[in-house]
Amino acid sequence: MYGNDFAPPEDGPGGGLLGEVEAAEAALREAAARARRGGPAGDEDLEAYFAGVVDADQKIEPRDWMPEAYRKTLIRQIAQHAHSEIIGMQPEGNWISRAPSLKRKAILLAKVQDEAGHGLYLYAAAETLGVSRDELVELLLNGRQKYSSIFNYPTLTWADVGAIGWLVDGAAIVNQVPLCRCSYGPYARAMIRVCKEESFHQRQGYEILHTLAHGTPGQKAMAQDAVDRWWYPSLAMFGPPDGDSTHSAQSMAWKIKRFSNDELRQRFVDMCVQQAEILGLTLPDPDLRWNEQRQSYDYTQPDYDELLRVIKGNGPCNRQRMEHRRRAHDEGAWVREAAAAYAAKQNSRERVAA
Amino acid sequence: MSTLDFTLALGDDALIAAQRLGEWTSRAPEMEEDIALANIALDQLGAARLLLTYAGELEGAGRDEDALAYLRDDREFRNCLLVELPNGDFGVTMAKLFFLAAYQLPLYTALAGCADERLAAIGAKARKESAYHLDHAALWVRRLGDGTEESHRRMQDAVDQVWPYTHELFTPAPTAPVDPATLRADFDAQVRDVLDQATLTRPADGWTPGGGRDGLHTEHLSYLLAEMQVLHRAHPGARW
Repeated sequence: MYGNDFAPPEDGPGGGLLGEVEAAEAALREAAARARRGGPAGDEDLEAYFAGVVDADQKIEPRDWMPEAYRKTLIRQIAQHAHSEIIGMQPEGNWISRAPSLKRKAILLAKVQDEAGHGLYLYAAAETLGVSRDELVELLLNGRQKYSSIFNYPTLTWADVGAIGWLVDGAAIVNQVPLCRCSYGPYARAMIRVCKEESFHQRQGYEILHTLAHGTPGQKAMAQDAVDRWWYPSLAMFGPPDGDSTHSAQSMAWKIKRFSNDELRQRFVDMCVQQAEILGLTLPDPDLRWNEQRQSYDYTQPDYDELLRVIKGNGPCNRQRMEHRRRAHDEGAWVREAAAAYAAKQNSRERVAA
Repeated sequence: MSTLDFTLALGDDALIAAQRLGEWTSRAPEMEEDIALANIALDQLGAARLLLTYAGELEGAGRDEDALAYLRDDREFRNCLLVELPNGDFGVTMAKLFFLAAYQLPLYTALAGCADERLAAIGAKARKESAYHLDHAALWVRRLGDGTEESHRRMQDAVDQVWPYTHELFTPAPTAPVDPATLRADFDAQVRDVLDQATLTRPADGWTPGGGRDGLHTEHLSYLLAEMQVLHRAHPGARW
């Protein structure tokens, strides 16, 4: 799951968005099937060739020439996305030991495991751009690269697991569905796979909240409290308003990004209102109302000063999340060294045997 | 040992093992291992759910898997002590998993051929998973035992620390669907091979702690259950 801060029902959460993922997948196959030129002709300008591929909605592949800034932008974005998956394991992992039924425990374990898997394939996608996973992990650990700020909020009750699934995964999907059409092939393909699994997670979160909202008064209060706390941070996942967004214009031109932060945020709000009604929960925004002219909901913006504070390291859990990751990394060092030493011994034994 | 007690014992072993393995989530030494440990935890949890559901049916008092998992106290749990021991470092966790899998694999294999059809079906499913758990843990025991000086020392310490708790697994129970005493030879052969390859020494037998099958546990179990059960118990009768 990943925001932009450094979908739910037609027929239930995720339905419409999943359709878009499938359409993106079909487009990807068509792009691959269209006769692609085998690379620039000998006298052709590399930059013009690159621009031509992007304009034609073909995919840039690892072997292709690309502008250095395009490569750097992608490395940063894909790495931050991968870091977000890895750090994102913590807030939900917090409830594995206390999940209130064995079925929920199994679902949650599998979900957090999926996030580790997403992290792995995103690091692999970044590696196609000529950087190693170890380097990227180091950039996370020394704080030079960020992860999605949403994970710096605490999961205080079981309902938070539901709210994260519904709202945070929902926002992540809205953000990521357009990335399934990203101009860089390995990232687009990774996103298709990630989005399919995320939409499954979103349904599970929605279902947790639905069960709570239709349960005992205590459960319903727990669900409402979680939605109250996660709504605005989820809106902030789309990043600063368009006027203040630093990377947007160039990323749009390169077709890494396809919609502005505010467009995606509006889309998310429009999606959630109807779902909240079905859940029987209230979104904590008294000014939320349908605007007939815009054919969209008017809503209160999240507190962008708060977002900035959290990005700068002063959210409720920034220190805790980083310390947890560093500790796991440090405490695992002797194990990784042992695995490397053992592999080296095995290799030399095989060489002797051969 | 009745079929009910036996089923409950196996279900509790799997449940408590899953709970401990789940504690590793987001803490493993490498990302691939995080995924592997979660996988094994999920397998154990899956087996626990089947076994506890069946135990509830055998008991006939209307208790389902959640009633058995969340509403019994530590004195009513029938798991072996091995699975409730704290995770320790990664070496201790791998020693625990290796011994557990080296016991569960022949156990589930024997179960697959037993007369009770439900247990046989559970055994047939779980033995494939146990084979993977055993492979995975044995690989780590070899890597850590025959890795660096530090990892060798830690892995030997882990084996020494956990070994006494393996004896309880093979306490004879001639009337159970599978008598655990009959699994000992398989277990010993497996352990000998892997420890040899790992350049580790099998500890001498001496202290043989036990009592888990009778509900006499270590001090650790009550804490584990307090955490596992807290939310479920805070909302009596709620559905999740």
